[in-house]
Amino acid sequence: MLVSEIPRGGIEGTLRAMEGRWPVQVALERSAYLEAAEVVCQARDLPALCEWLCSELHYTFATLVVLEEERGWLLRYVFYGGVERSLLSLLVRIPGWENSVPSIASLVHAADWHEREAEDLFGLVFEGHPKLGDFVLHEEWPEGVNPMLRGFDGSKPYPHRELDPDWRPDRIVQSPGAFVMPIGPVYSDHAESAHFLLETVGEDVIRTIPRFFYKYRGVEKIAQGRRVEDVLLLAERFSGTSAFAHSLAFCQAVERLSGLQVPERARMLRIALCELERFRHHVHAVAEICSSTGLGVATSQASILEEELLRLSCMVSGHRYLFGLNVPGGLTVDLTERKLTLLQNGIREILKRFLDLEDMLRFSSSFLDRLEEVGIVSAHDARAYGLVGPVARASGIERDLRKVLPYSGYERVEFRVPCELEGDSYARLRVLFREAEQSAQIVEDVLSSLPQGPISNTGPTPTAGSALGWVEAPRGAAFHWVCLEEDGVVARYRLTTPSFTNWHGFHLAAENFAFQDFPIIMASFGLSNAESDR
Amino acid sequence: MSKWVLKGLRTGIVTTRYPGSMETSPGVSPGRPVSTVLRGQRGLPEIPSCPTGALVQRAGKTTVDHKRCIHCRRCVRASTPFVEWEWGYEWAEWTSTDPKEMEGLGPSFSRSLHIRFVDAGACGACMSEVAQLTKPHYNLHRLGFFFTPSPREADVLLVAGPGTDHMRRALEKVYDSMPTPKKVVAVGTCSLSGGLFGPSFASEAGVTGIVPVSVGVPGCPPPPLAILHGLLVVVGRRPATSLTDATNQMRGDSQ
Repeated sequence: MLVSEIPRGGIEGTLRAMEGRWPVQVALERSAYLEAAEVVCQARDLPALCEWLCSELHYTFATLVVLEEERGWLLRYVFYGGVERSLLSLLVRIPGWENSVPSIASLVHAADWHEREAEDLFGLVFEGHPKLGDFVLHEEWPEGVNPMLRGFDGSKPYPHRELDPDWRPDRIVQSPGAFVMPIGPVYSDHAESAHFLLETVGEDVIRTIPRFFYKYRGVEKIAQGRRVEDVLLLAERFSGTSAFAHSLAFCQAVERLSGLQVPERARMLRIALCELERFRHHVHAVAEICSSTGLGVATSQASILEEELLRLSCMVSGHRYLFGLNVPGGLTVDLTERKLTLLQNGIREILKRFLDLEDMLRFSSSFLDRLEEVGIVSAHDARAYGLVGPVARASGIERDLRKVLPYSGYERVEFRVPCELEGDSYARLRVLFREAEQSAQIVEDVLSSLPQGPISNTGPTPTAGSALGWVEAPRGAAFHWVCLEEDGVVARYRLTTPSFTNWHGFHLAAENFAFQDFPIIMASFGLSNAESDR
Repeated sequence: MSKWVLKGLRTGIVTTRYPGSMETSPGVSPGRPVSTVLRGQRGLPEIPSCPTGALVQRAGKTTVDHKRCIHCRRCVRASTPFVEWEWGYEWAEWTSTDPKEMEGLGPSFSRSLHIRFVDAGACGACMSEVAQLTKPHYNLHRLGFFFTPSPREADVLLVAGPGTDHMRRALEKVYDSMPTPKKVVAVGTCSLSGGLFGPSFASEAGVTGIVPVSVGVPGCPPPPLAILHGLLVVVGRRPATSLTDATNQMRGDSQ
């Protein structure tokens, strides 16, 4: 397709062009700040449609939601970013006896892990996918056991099969001078559980093969059948370091379902707290990067700021990690004038010291030597893998959900989305500093013009239905799909987290590097396994 | 590099004096609910359901099971609060009430302790608090405590998380590779009862079913000083707080 053929006229133009080429049924829903299109298509047209959306129209794959229905499957492929402030979902129905659907992973690589996950947990076969099996569920799980299926009882332990003593990874490099170095799942002083196989020829690592889901707690499964207020606790606690962002995404999905309006003051406070969390996360990420290069004083300096931000969060909100604040309809606690001043002054002072630290780092050549041109992710790869957050923005992809799909009043907040082009560890570090600066500025702006009024609305119990909530979490775009039954019981909860998306692309950076750079590449990605494994 | 040295010197000492004296800076602990006697309030409204069943109301008293409490604060934010809140952080307790099992590692470890940390499905908050211990504000190295990358030289196994199914074997292996004498300290509510996550098909009801836990540090997450208290308890440098004692002592302090 030629460039000139790209349909004009926003999402409506896209839908019209789609109708002209494929037998699809489209529906468009408009609200003040968002256009959401739903397109029902045939399974056989799915790959071509997805390729068209992603390659020609520059949509980004957000998530794949698999729903097990009475008589079959409903697959929902969500895309965003092609047209600003719009979401596009492709819906595919598959009859129950058919269990298979064409894979789109070779055309839309961002969907690769989503398909592998769905195969493992639902037993769906994605025809044409090059590698299925042994992903979420490790080797002790028998084949053919799919815990996300409705018939599987998730409330009690599952009896495992005996471990095969001869089990070994798919591929073990064996040639003169080459070997495989396993790392994890328990490694380093205090690191999250994950496993990496580094294929190496002495000093240089050729390839990194990660293996995750050691921390799989089945959050999506155990949420089923729980009430909204209990699932909120799960949304908050599955990834403690970005608790506020994830609870906000969940609350927004529920609010969309029940039509609850959030009072203006709560919307603005949510923004301030989101940015406080982002600021703290970025300070932590910088501390980790300094620590990975062995720069002791800088690590200590950044860590001091991190602990001060934790204490500030505790003084302001009552919890060091901002747990227990979000609730559908608003917030649980209001911030008094004294606390607002404390927060404003605290952030201003910490930002100043944080930028001082940046100035010192910028002129420490030994530090820069370790970061520059290490762990490069090209813009092309970042786009193909649908990378999100600071990692993508360091590779030249200027995408931020706060801008492309504004929520909670972000459309009225002025800020910049920092972007770098190099895609190396130093670019990621610079993005972290610039974003932290923007976050502090947003807190300052939002708090200085905070409207008075209530901080929460209560409404009727949410009605049955499904909705998507999203948020630009500190590590990138997060999508929470919530499907409710009557009486506010969750029937399906789908979590797509930035760490899951970015770990998928981690191996791009961890290729052809020197051994001692591994911790630096890890730290510069700043990902969480708790968030990824769920 | 002299600028870094100067920067470090100019910053001065930010480290807490705990356990020499109690840390009182604001924000070091989010606090937790404590068992509360409801004086003369026989006709209280029913307590709203506690999401993890940590609260039990019996005979005019609300009892908090800290092994289950995930600090959601719904009880204190209820229109009629029926629990009191304490702001301390010395929360570590022996998991057994048998005096023989409540012995620390002994004096030879009290100023030289090596800790192996294992993440058995923690959400990140507990891990972040453990990591804070090595940072300037808490600096556990000053006490002679060190994290070690190998279980072979570890005296204490510090575990967080509900004990995910996939980490069970790794956790057992780590424990088995540690030389005796060894103790296990479980960090966080998840590791003591499974919290919100376990028991289920993917996680255990805490790590207590996988390795023998001696000291538990409840909390969601427990602040760094509570974890430090747990380590001090296991070497016998601080007394543990048993559930009932904690309540009484804290009440005594506040009066």
